[in-house]
Parts: sequence; C-alpha cells; structure tokens
Amino acid sequence: MHLLSANNDPAEEKARRATTGEITKLGRAIVVTSGKGGVGKTTTTANLGTALAQRGARVALIDADIGLRNLDILLGLENRVTHHLLDVLDESVTLDDALVPDKHSENLYLLAAAQSREKEDVDTEKMCALVATLRERFDYVLIDSPAGIERGFKNAVAGAQEAIVVCTPEVSAVRDVDRVVGLLGNRFRPQLIINRLRPQLVQKGKMLSVEDVDAILRLPLLGVIADEPQIIVTTNRGEPLALRRDGATANAYHAIAARVAGENVAMPTVELKKQNFLERLLRGGRA
Amino acid sequence: MIEFLRRFFSTAPPSASAAKERLRFVLMTDHLALSPEIVEAMKRDLVDVISRHVEVDREKIEVTFERQDRAVALLANIPILSVHRPQPPGPPAAPPTRPRRKRSRRRASGAPPAEPAAAT
Repeated sequence: MHLLSANNDPAEEKARRATTGEITKLGRAIVVTSGKGGVGKTTTTANLGTALAQRGARVALIDADIGLRNLDILLGLENRVTHHLLDVLDESVTLDDALVPDKHSENLYLLAAAQSREKEDVDTEKMCALVATLRERFDYVLIDSPAGIERGFKNAVAGAQEAIVVCTPEVSAVRDVDRVVGLLGNRFRPQLIINRLRPQLVQKGKMLSVEDVDAILRLPLLGVIADEPQIIVTTNRGEPLALRRDGATANAYHAIAARVAGENVAMPTVELKKQNFLERLLRGGRA
Repeated sequence: MIEFLRRFFSTAPPSASAAKERLRFVLMTDHLALSPEIVEAMKRDLVDVISRHVEVDREKIEVTFERQDRAVALLANIPILSVHRPQPPGPPAAPPTRPRRKRSRRRASGAPPAEPAAAT
C-alpha cells in the first residue's frame, strides 16, 4: 500500500513529466550524408530545411563541409556570412553572431562552414557540444555532411541522433550509401532519400528503379526526388525549390518534411510525363 | 549490317538489370569482406573438384551471391560439357565438336549435352 501510494505520488509524477517534457522539447539533430559526393546532399539539406521552416519549425542548418562551403550559396546567403562554424568552435565569436538568418524563411538559420580551414581543425567534442546547444534552441538541427567517410564525416555525424542518406540511382552511389549505413550503425536509424531519379530512363530499363534501390538498401524511404532542371535554376538563383508550393518536385520536398516531422503522408509517385510524338517534336524544336 | 539490325531491334537485357546484378555482387563481397581474389580462388577450387568427375566449361562459369533474408548464399552455375570416363589418354577418335581446350577433351560416348549444374 505504501509502495503503491509512493508510485502514484502526484508531485513525483509531475516531476517525472517535467523531465521527460524537457527531453522531448530538445530539437532533433539530423545529419544528411551519402558517402559519395555530388549526389545532392547540400541541395537536399537546403530544401528540407526550407520546407521544415515553412511548416513553422525552428531550423538550424550546419554546413559541416569545412573548406568547401556551399550551403550558403544554395540559400542565397553567401553575402551575409561573416562568421563560421570554426569561429564558434574556437569561441572567437558567439553562436548568435555566427548564425545567419535566412532571407526567405522565418525561423531558418545557417551556420556556415569555414572556407579557408581544414576538416581536421574541427574538435569532435566541441562539435557535439555545439549541436547540443543548438538542439535547445531549435526544433531541427540539420547537419550537411561532407562527402567521404573520414574525419569530416565523423565530425558531422558526432552530434547527430538521426541520419538521412541521399542516394542517386547509380551503382556507385548505392554502394557508398550501403557503406555509410554500415558505418552509422542502427543508432542513427538512417532513412533514405532517392535523388535525381529519371522516370523515363527507369521505364526504359536504363536506370535503377526506386524498387531496385529499395530492395538492395532496405532502408525506410523518406521520399524520391526527380532529376528536375528546375533544381539547377533554383541553385543559380539561390532560392531553394521548396520555397514554392507548386510543382511535383517542390511538393516532394514538402512531403519529405512532413514525413520527417512524423506525419503519415502518402509517398507521392514520381510521375512519368508522357509525351506523344508531336509533343516531342515541338519540344525538341523549341529547346 | 547484321550487327546494326541487331542493335536496332535490341533484345539485350536493359542496363538497369546489369547495374542491379553488379550491385548485388559488389555488396555481397563488401559485406562478407571477401576480396575478388578470394572469390576467384574459390571459383577455381570449386571447378577443380568438379572437374575430377565431369568436364566443365570453364569459360561460362558463373559464381554469384544472393542475399536470402539475413544469410548469404553462394550460387554457382557450372555448365558440364561431358562426363569423364576412366580411360588412358590416347589419340582422339574424332575431332572435338568445339575446338576449345583440346588437350583435356575426351570423348565420352553418349555424353549428355552441356547442361548447367547449380550448387548452393
């Protein structure tokens, strides 16, 4: 009886709820990685960050690709970066001085990579502490990992709890993702984004399909992004595609963001735009 | 010309399936930490053992790995050319039908046609 009442003590229960409540209030640190370079990690980070911020979440993006800073370019923030990740880690500036607010989305901030430093300059423990600090202030901390599986990758992963792996439907990219997932282990519950799919080629049997990649990697699928010329245009302008609400690819990013946020959204299929002979002829003429 | 026509009405398997097969193989060796040399050596030994009893087509041997749930299976496809008969090597009674690897070829009367043997 005594034990029972102790367990049901309202004060204790309140205290327990307060502590667990505090834990759930901490943001989620997600590393975006791939192993192979050039598969669209940075584009994915910029668009996912934008889409999450458009949903009203507070989002911090960390460019962990020291020496090859690019996330600022994709967000159109290159002229606003005055301090960077290593300045914060070296404690030469405060976190608030280094966080660059996004132009387009409220609640979206960028911590840029150092351009003239090296990946070896990052102290792993300090990086973990920084991510932990950001988790207290933001709902999501997205860490854009550099390519490779060396020091830079390890530092990018160190502070994260979850991982998103980006893969293109190519033999080399799938192999590298498989390797990275092996290195990450189960702790990060890696989820997959298939990027740059070309439905026309898949239909002709000239490209690995979503099902093929799925069958080989066997990872929870977050979404599929088509190889879309519009992405190049948005990169040129420094305005992520996810700022838009129209178009299949923009919607695919929003669906991924919703799924990351825990919503049970149906997986949009990558539509195959069928062109008849005349359309092809006309298109070819105009292009 | 024939090559051109064949390419035009191509029945070759699409390259995506080649990609899939290559990936499957390369990931198996990655996971097993088996180097291609070891796979080659395994293939050689397998063939040597089987060659004691039957003559196999060394050119057409396929060794692949397949993931079956959590386990990995080794699949060998070894085409048999003919069955060895215990007879001393003598002058061949007739020229072999396929002029490959002349020295070791022996004619086996009523040998079955080449037929793939699968070992799992």
